[in-house]
This record gives sequence, C-alpha cells and structure tokens, in this order.
Amino acid sequence: MSSDHSSPTDDAHDGPSDDTHNAFITDASVEGDGEGPLAGKTVAIKDNISTDGVRTTCGSAMLADYVPPYNATVVDRVLEAGGTLNGKTNMDEFGMGGTTETSAFGPVENPVDTDHVPGGSSGGSAAAVAAGEADLALGTDTGGSVRNPAAFCGVVGIKPTYGLVSRYGIVAYANSLEQVGPLATTVEDAALLLDVISGPDDRDATTNDGGADSDYAAAAHGDVDGLTVGIITDLIEGADDDVVETFEASLDELEAQGAEITEVSLDSLEHAVQAYYVIAMSEASSNLARFDGVRYGPEGDHEGNWNDAFAAVREEGFGPEVKRRILLGTYALSAGYHDKYYKKAQDARAWVKQDFDEAFEDVDVLASPTMPVTPPTLGESLDDPLQLYLMDANTVPVNLANLPAISVPAGEVDGLPVGLQLIGPKFGEETIIRAASAAEQ
Amino acid sequence: MSDSPVDPEEVRHVADLARVDLDDAELAEFSEQFADILDYFEALDEVPEIDSEPELVNVMRPDEVHDGLTQEEALRNAPETEDGFFKGPTVS
Repeated sequence: MSSDHSSPTDDAHDGPSDDTHNAFITDASVEGDGEGPLAGKTVAIKDNISTDGVRTTCGSAMLADYVPPYNATVVDRVLEAGGTLNGKTNMDEFGMGGTTETSAFGPVENPVDTDHVPGGSSGGSAAAVAAGEADLALGTDTGGSVRNPAAFCGVVGIKPTYGLVSRYGIVAYANSLEQVGPLATTVEDAALLLDVISGPDDRDATTNDGGADSDYAAAAHGDVDGLTVGIITDLIEGADDDVVETFEASLDELEAQGAEITEVSLDSLEHAVQAYYVIAMSEASSNLARFDGVRYGPEGDHEGNWNDAFAAVREEGFGPEVKRRILLGTYALSAGYHDKYYKKAQDARAWVKQDFDEAFEDVDVLASPTMPVTPPTLGESLDDPLQLYLMDANTVPVNLANLPAISVPAGEVDGLPVGLQLIGPKFGEETIIRAASAAEQ
Repeated sequence: MSDSPVDPEEVRHVADLARVDLDDAELAEFSEQFADILDYFEALDEVPEIDSEPELVNVMRPDEVHDGLTQEEALRNAPETEDGFFKGPTVS
C-alpha cells in the first residue's frame, strides 16, 4: 500500500477532448429518449449526481473508481426529456468549497478569464455552460454551490425551493440544505431544465408536489411591471463597492421597466454563515461516515483493527477541506458542545426563516449581489478557510430558509462577471424567473 | 484572529472519534485554523431561542416489495469481496 495521497489528476482525467478548462472529470455520451423538450441538447452533470455505469467521483480520491449501479432521479428525468448527457463535471470535493480548487482532479479555470476561479462547488458545470461545452448543466446547491459559480462564470443558475427537486441519487453532503439546480446561458433555458427535473418522487420523501405540472419556462417573459423588489441592505454592507455599483445598475434597469424597488433589513442574517457552517459540517460528519473503504473506496489492506483501518483509508481518501469539515462537525455534535453550537445554529436557522417570511409580506422578491466579490485568482484563497466561508454570506441564508433563488448576470467589473441574486418565497420560482428574465442583459 | 490554537490533543481526540488519521503537519494546521473558526462560531451565543414548527412531516407508504440492486451490483464497487459478501478489516 502506497502511503502518499493518490493523485487522480495525473492519470484519471477522461473529459471531452475539447475540455480546455478542466470542467469535466469524466466524458460520457448517454442519449435520451426521442422527442422531449431537451431533444438535441447536451446536459453536463455534476459529479456528485449518480449516473448508471458512468463514474461518479464527487471530486474525491475516495470515489476515484466508483461507478454507480443506478441513476439519480434527476438524471432519469433529463434522459426521458430527450437530453444527452455529455459528461460529469468537476467540483469541489464532496461539494465542500466555493472555488472548485478542493477537487482531487485539479482546479477548473473560469472561461471568462482563465486566471480566475469559476466559483464552486459546481464550478465545472458553470464553466462547461459558459464555454459552450454543454448546452445545459445540473449542479447542486447546499450553501450557494449553483448560484456562486453561475455568478462567477456569467451564466444563470437556480437553487429551487427545498423539496421541489428529488435528491434521490445525490451523494449526500448536508441533506437538510441541498437541492439540485439547473445552469444555462439564459433564464428561459434554466427554467426549462427546472421544469424537467422538478416534481415529486416517491424515492425522496422530502419532495412535494410544488413542482408538479410546472411551466417555469413560460414565466421568463420579461414583464416586471408592478413587481416589488426589496434590496437586502445587510447583504450590501460586506460587498465590494464596484460589485454593489453593478448590482444597483441592474436594479435601476428593473425600475425603468416598472418594478418598484424598496429596502429591507433582516437582523438574523448576521448569524447566517455561522449557523450554515455548523449545520452543514454536522450533517457532513454523519453523512461521510459511510466512506470506510469496505463497500467502495481505496483498497484498505491496513494493519490493525477495523477502526485503525477505517482511519487510514479516510486519511488517504479525503482532502484537507473535507477532513476539516468532518472534524468540526464531529466536534459541534460531541457531548458538551451540542447545545452550544448545533442547537444554537438551529435557532438561528428558524430566525432566518421567520425574517424572510416577514419580509415577503411586503415584497414579491428580495435582491442582493450573488457574491460579495468578483472571482478570486486561482490559488489565491485556499490557505484561509474562514475567509472562504465568509464569501458565502449572501448565498447561505436562502438554504437555511429553504427558499428558491436565481443568479442572473448583472454586468462586469474589470471584465469579471457580477451576479444579481433574486430570492422568492417558498415555491415562488415563477416570480424569480420572471424578475430574472427582465434583468437579463 | 485567535491568539491561541485549539489544544492539538483535543483535535486528535475529535479525529479519533471521526476515524480520520492526521499527520503532524495536519494536526498543527487544523489546531490553528479551528481556533479562528470556533471563535467565529461563538457569536451564535447571541441568537435568541426561537419557537418553530418543523416543516417536514413523516411520509407513510405501504410496505411493498420492489426490485432492488442485485448482489452483483451491490458488490461491484467493493475493493474486496468473498463468497458474495463485502470483506472488511479484522474486528478486534
């Protein structure tokens, strides 16, 4: 048994030959059935979404050779709608990161400016769409992992209401927060893909019928006359000045089209990042316990008893950010700390939900910059994990509150994309799609 | 920034609970970083107690037999198998 970390980057990449940005981990060509709404379209799938017979690595050395024996429900739905799967996209390891630099398969370049990160964790999906290497893509969004890379790569990404889309076949990171979401170059295309994947699934008991018989694509008609948009002032304060200017210009545009712009403040948001990370890490520490080298994972012919063997496999298979989150989550749930961290985080989550509910009594949608900054340069941000967590300030509140949100391109700062985030009430997908289609440049 | 790192022995203890081996370099790095991150989490102490109704409810269904994975499919990704079973390390 070799003691060094396995390095799938060197030999295991098998993306499409025109994959110039390392957006794909594995090439695939799985054709859908006949004449559906996605006929003739290629769809790239994030590599934590199970694909029958096609390697699904989660961006981790732990699953470098894992080939699922079944499809996630969302994959079946894409194929039934006539879409062609053209590859599995690169991602932060197990979705843990916001730059796609924690992938065991190497970082992804931002197609808009290749010195910069594409965002994450669904960075490969956003880059594939931005570079034209896929017509559409699926990502997953636990704390912003669809909206962040959509904003950084200048494309559209939607995080649906919790329960709108089946999570069956998604490799779990933080079950209570995550949803599968579409990425596309236009709001209408993203809405079309959401129509295809949404709706109840008896294999995921947290799904509901909020997305049954939807026609989200029809809501992308660009008419915002009379719509009330509330700017979340708490999410402006921490953002870069030029990002805020671009954000405000996009709202001026909506106002010119007949929308009414107001301001709201949500006191609970001060605690959203803390609450998000405590909850996500706690759920991760439990979910990732299954990776022990017995049912899948690297071969574990280690000495000692089973605990020693499992610990050795996990040392070898997980990267630093995954270990960090498993350890912090284990700590937050351990005896003596559960009430201090986990229980308080659940209170903060309930508070965030209440604040959003109250805000939606007065406005139709809420708005903020999707990301408080423009995409960092590659390699710039990995050595300070807390700073990276703080970059999620504008996206995590939506996951805590189980709400839908969309990121749509708002313009550029020095050639780098800025995203406008529009948040809706529960099952308000049509409203945010409508507003985003008007904001689309 | 926190001035003092978390006690490395405490990090080692949590890593043991989580069944993750750490080398000395990782142990030192995590001890530093965890101090900053846990300091930041401290602010949760200011959050008031909130009464809330859980959004999720139990979903019941009839207990019916469906096709599942075959034994071969279930074992396909295992690094080691024997006589149609997963093979794990020694339990001692």
